[in-house]
Amino acid sequence: MSPQIEACSAVSAFRVSVNTQEARIKRQQKASPTKARDGIADTHPLGVGKDRTLQAQRLLSHPPQSLHLVAPVWNGGTRGIGGLSRVVAPEGNQKKGRSLLQFLADRFYDVEALRDHLLRKQVSKVHQKNRPFNHINQRYGPYVAGAYFILKQGGAVRFQGREWIRPNQRGHFSLDFLKLQAVPVEAVDASGCAINYQGLDSLLALKELQSLWLQRCPHVDDWCLSRLHPLASSLQELSLAGCPRVSERGLACLHHLWNLRRLDISDLPAVSSPGLTRILVEEMLPSCEVLGADWAQGLKLGPEEQPRDTAGPTPA
Amino acid sequence: MLRRTLLLGLCRGPLGRGLGTHRGGSILGKVEGRGGYRGSWMAPSSSSVTFRTQDPAHDVKTVGRLGGGDRDGKMSEIKKKIQSILPGGDWNPLYDTSYLPPEGSDVVIVGGGVLGLSVAYWLKKLEKPRGAIRVLVVERDHTYSRASTVLSVGGIRQQFSVPENVQLSLFSVDFLRNINEYLAVADDPPLDIQFNPSGYLLLASEKGAAIMENNVKEGAKVCLMSPEQLRNKFPWINTEGVALASYGMEHEGWFDPWCLLQGLRRKVQSMGVLFCRGEVTRFVSSSNLMKTASGEEVNLKRIHEVHVKIDQSLEYQPVECAIVVNAAGAWSGQVAELAGIGNGPPGTLQGTKLPVELRKRYVYLWHCPQGPGLETPFVIDPSGTYFRREGLGHNYLGGCSPTEEEEPDPGNLEVDHDFFQDRVWPPLAQRVPAFETLKVRSAWAGYYDYNTFDQNGVVGPHPLVINMYFATGFSGHGLQQAPAVGRAVAEMVLEGHFQTINLSSFLFSRFYSGEKVQEHNII
Repeated sequence: MSPQIEACSAVSAFRVSVNTQEARIKRQQKASPTKARDGIADTHPLGVGKDRTLQAQRLLSHPPQSLHLVAPVWNGGTRGIGGLSRVVAPEGNQKKGRSLLQFLADRFYDVEALRDHLLRKQVSKVHQKNRPFNHINQRYGPYVAGAYFILKQGGAVRFQGREWIRPNQRGHFSLDFLKLQAVPVEAVDASGCAINYQGLDSLLALKELQSLWLQRCPHVDDWCLSRLHPLASSLQELSLAGCPRVSERGLACLHHLWNLRRLDISDLPAVSSPGLTRILVEEMLPSCEVLGADWAQGLKLGPEEQPRDTAGPTPA
Repeated sequence: MLRRTLLLGLCRGPLGRGLGTHRGGSILGKVEGRGGYRGSWMAPSSSSVTFRTQDPAHDVKTVGRLGGGDRDGKMSEIKKKIQSILPGGDWNPLYDTSYLPPEGSDVVIVGGGVLGLSVAYWLKKLEKPRGAIRVLVVERDHTYSRASTVLSVGGIRQQFSVPENVQLSLFSVDFLRNINEYLAVADDPPLDIQFNPSGYLLLASEKGAAIMENNVKEGAKVCLMSPEQLRNKFPWINTEGVALASYGMEHEGWFDPWCLLQGLRRKVQSMGVLFCRGEVTRFVSSSNLMKTASGEEVNLKRIHEVHVKIDQSLEYQPVECAIVVNAAGAWSGQVAELAGIGNGPPGTLQGTKLPVELRKRYVYLWHCPQGPGLETPFVIDPSGTYFRREGLGHNYLGGCSPTEEEEPDPGNLEVDHDFFQDRVWPPLAQRVPAFETLKVRSAWAGYYDYNTFDQNGVVGPHPLVINMYFATGFSGHGLQQAPAVGRAVAEMVLEGHFQTINLSSFLFSRFYSGEKVQEHNII
């Protein structure tokens, strides 16, 4: 977590609760501080509205979108109702799109219930995408079931000795691979797929998987990484570039993968110090080539210093 | 205008609240409909003179409470009528009573740590219909400066010898993984409990190796390693004296307990649980002499009121309650004594005290630049010393549980640094040679709610004080089992029996019958 968020959450530990109370008070008083509330993310951090304490509290407990705890680099994933506008447009638009719904939801139980319902529907959509295909598993075996799972999610699969199988633009794919029951799957490209902790069940059955690409998967987090250890004997290439929920804590449990030769951990927004993390991961996996952030990233350079050539690995 | 006239007419001065003046013994207005659900923060307790916009049941109580006679009764009727006409407004009384708890609550939870909040959460989650139960959490330290939850090292593991402990931990890990689905509050940012899935590494000498092999592994993903494998995996360990190691691969690690606490707090407040900052000083209960089926006479007690004393004040509020949950952590023994548990001839059920006491434990944070790297799990030495990595900067947290003879005085939370020099550092340096050069950065002390009987939790109702439920005594592994224990207690309160995990072996009656549920892996 970034230091700002830590400070925010530590300081605002009780202010979060106060803020919820404030929202309730407002509803009862039927005052209309909407303008004050909208004015928060606008210009000056403390706002120019009437109630500065309230706004300061709200700001502390609701950090502006850029400090969102989960980095907003989600591929099509929407966290809230206003999520679509949040993903597409920068701060100004998000605020406007959210505020009407916010306003209504604070005043009407029905709107609040509707919003909660829509949120739950989104969550259950992800669950539905990650359901296991037990009937395919029983009939055709784990390799075909895993391949079908990945293809259904929009990823690509390569069987041993064959070409990549990808779904076309409309999500359709040929079912020729159903006859490859005994052929192990060697490579899986699940970039951008909505695979999550439950969905990994299907992947972990692929015992001879050598290359796994999980770039930009919005639901892959530290818990998922701790599940990868059954693939330790075969996995040689792993890519986690751009996953918004993976942090250095999940990377710590990659040391089970002793056969790993290539690891890509670039562009992980949730990692607090990318350069240092890369060094520590390289120490942890000595025989693996780690692609990650520049070691000098995050270092403050003096006025005369130039960025050094990072060719020589000298771990601390 | 009308309001003000009535107010002036009925005002009895600042003490008009009538401390402790209750008339009529019946508990009125316990269960109301929607009143308590939508986030009343601290529900303003009813006084004789103020208007309230929520909780009409409060006013029902005032009928029996006023010192006056018929006139006051009529006044409150009129008041109720006017209340129903006026639109919702927050009427400020002449004096502020928002710090006082309500005068009645269905469930009073003594202790607002992770266990108390977990019970509150599950009570609100499992109640039918929604909003049926009013829950009050009484916590005397709103900064949590001495609470075991926030001073904890935050580990969670499934390597226990008692099967119930393993199930509790598994459920809790599931809860933590889906914490943003369980504890989602609209408009608030998602929680990040900073879980490190690095696992636990328990080392055993030859004596303990046999026990370790027998440990329950059902559902827990644990792999046993020989010293040779251990050296291959973790070259920084000195395996001298280690016969067997068990390493948890999944579902084990450590997390941020403060975040869990705040997440629970935020969620239960949004579900309508009331909070009070005060201390429980007295229980008012009634006794009934009853006969069991076999003709034996037992004295059953029932708690009717909980006296909550406000911080730094002599003022107290008697809260009428139906159920009391004792989740006071290290101080549960004192709370149980207040309820009269243990007042009786020793050796009988009446004379069985709750064997939970305060035990002080130290945690030290040190820096060692040559120390083990990112893959360091939570290592527990056969001598009882433990350590884990903290952050990315080669900092480590660790400590050791003292033996019975060297138990420090739990009167304060001062840290004894000599304890590190004498008892913690030598085994550490022996186990991890890199730790021979380290520098202690800081240290703190916290309390265990230590169960002197068998170091496992107490869950469920007391056999004699029939409406007191326990959720305490976990001796250092309470945090990691809190979500599951909260659910178990909520099920016990709402249904009368355990549904998801059967914790019948953790009931209070085992202290009387002497059946120990001994946990071998306690650090």
